[in-house]
Amino acid sequence: METNSPFARTMGFGSERDSEGRLVLTMAFETNKMGRPGFLHGGAIAGMLEAVAFATLAEALDADDNARIKPINVTVNYLRGGRDALTRARATIERLGRRVANVEAIAWQDDPDNPIAIAQMNLMLQRD
Amino acid sequence: MDNTLPTGEFDPVQLIRMMSGNGHNRLIGVKYNAHGSGWAELRLPYNSALVSDASTGILASGPIFTMMDMATSMSIWLKSGKFQPQATLDLRIDYLRPAEPGKDVFGRGECYHLTRSIAFVRGQAHDGNPDRPIAHVAGTYMFTAGA
Repeated sequence: METNSPFARTMGFGSERDSEGRLVLTMAFETNKMGRPGFLHGGAIAGMLEAVAFATLAEALDADDNARIKPINVTVNYLRGGRDALTRARATIERLGRRVANVEAIAWQDDPDNPIAIAQMNLMLQRD
Repeated sequence: MDNTLPTGEFDPVQLIRMMSGNGHNRLIGVKYNAHGSGWAELRLPYNSALVSDASTGILASGPIFTMMDMATSMSIWLKSGKFQPQATLDLRIDYLRPAEPGKDVFGRGECYHLTRSIAFVRGQAHDGNPDRPIAHVAGTYMFTAGA
């Protein structure tokens, strides 16, 4: 999934770079991202974490690599409620193998050291 | 549909319809499908605005995650017979295969164990044939009242 996929556009993800040049997705707090009143829906946070994991992995592949990235599974831990504030997310590739990659993604609002959610994701790299 | 459910404290169909008509569930387009004692089934109508790649038409995993989060949430209130505020602690999804482009996806969540503070849930999603699931989920929720 690219950051300009139809789903990413529906979600209204923005993108920026941190001081180390890493991709950071952004998501504004809007009614259409809300679950219980006043808080982000867990599904919106998960969708953002998956999107940044995909995009970060896609960037890490060689330019001539035609691998298609498919999700195997994702585990999302919710640490605190997502409040009425801008949410950011970034991903770290823990292992990039030939067939499988393991990526950790975090979402935060004020401080990346206090994430609102952390995802662990296994992704398949399919090459034909 | 299971009519033995204790509906004294809330009307499950009305609650699910109200929740799916608001916020992020509404953006994704999740609909009520069925429920019983301790389970809820929702339907995610196919929508090209939710695909991960316009060239394949395959739904992104995010909307399926959202539906399963909602279905498993609902199952807890259907298990306990009362509505109480809760927050997702964790949710894991195994994506067994992609949903077929153009097909609606159904997601059933089940609450299989409740304690005073934690609800344990699991569920499956399929795109027409429940015997060929596209995803399995497992997770836990925490009741937040008094927290």
